[in-house]
Amino acid sequence: MAPSLPPIRPEDEAVAEKLRPNGAFDPRDDEPLGSARKELLVRLGDDALILGQRVSEWCGHGPALEVDISLANLALDLVGQATLLLGQAGDGDRLAFHRDVLDFKNCLLVEQPNGDFAQTIARHLLYTTWQHMLLQRMTGSSDRFLVEFATKAVKEVAYHRDLASEWTVRLGDGTEESARRMADGLDWNWRFVPELFEVDEIMQAAIDEEISPDPRTFEDEYRSAIAAVLADAKLDVPAEQRAILGGRRGHHSEHLGHLLAVMQFLPRTYPDATW
Amino acid sequence: MSGDWPLWEVFVRAKGGLSHRHVGSVHAPDAELALRHARDTYTRRLEGVSLWVVPSAEIVASDPDEAGELFEPAESKIYRHPTFYDIPDEVKHI
Repeated sequence: MAPSLPPIRPEDEAVAEKLRPNGAFDPRDDEPLGSARKELLVRLGDDALILGQRVSEWCGHGPALEVDISLANLALDLVGQATLLLGQAGDGDRLAFHRDVLDFKNCLLVEQPNGDFAQTIARHLLYTTWQHMLLQRMTGSSDRFLVEFATKAVKEVAYHRDLASEWTVRLGDGTEESARRMADGLDWNWRFVPELFEVDEIMQAAIDEEISPDPRTFEDEYRSAIAAVLADAKLDVPAEQRAILGGRRGHHSEHLGHLLAVMQFLPRTYPDATW
Repeated sequence: MSGDWPLWEVFVRAKGGLSHRHVGSVHAPDAELALRHARDTYTRRLEGVSLWVVPSAEIVASDPDEAGELFEPAESKIYRHPTFYDIPDEVKHI
């Protein structure tokens, strides 16, 4: 049931580093990220891109026509956000389609498999509640682009959070089966929550430059908000699990490679294809 | 799944001052989700500023078999149309 997520040891990294010229489809086409601003744009852009791609996998497979359309709308919002963020960080298409797993900076939560509808909703609730709280505060960023971005995206994300909360309550407080599935979905994704509040050197620099809010300042609010939704859903807050970190440094679960294989297939097979 | 859900009729107000108009229907398990399904299905392209959803079962419809007695009598009463006098150009919204 649990995903195989072995800890990545320094020697594994060394091997991956050595293999890069042979294993990667393209050389790293981007200069090292460098500034905290650019790194932040790529992290948030990758979050939106990968979650958007994941949610889009539901297209045509939703449990009901109306839900299928809802999910497609959510995916489109996220891909739109990714376009803005990665476009601001550099060449958005190259960043999306010409990087390999180790260069992606999304958090591990967003790359988790869809599972069933409840697991998808659990992931969406956990990510977009965080994203909403972050963007609300980012409207006060010292960076003009991020202010404009956050002002626009915060409305989209408010709806994502609302819809995910509504569904969490419907499923949690629904039938025995839906409650079990919702609890399982939360359980799967819960161990990836601490990464959302991790502040490494780059994040600290972004906070010091007042580009980004400090996520730690809203961790309590986040946990209470999630607990409130789960209480409405008559579900228990999942037991604390060993936190899994590393996405921001490019250490991903095995799921991301499969996602990229699908997402990047066309531009890699037909370089410079246009329509 | 949606087969188990009741049907809701959706009405959209295109902009302030206009009436809500019927645009279609959605399946949803309850009113709150019906509103969200209506939003996601019928206002994706900026079609509206306000939404109503109404349980389809609550709609009372006229009987097509009674169309004759209900509607035909109006056909021969053209004097009910306000078309027999000139409206000054300054008067708008008529």
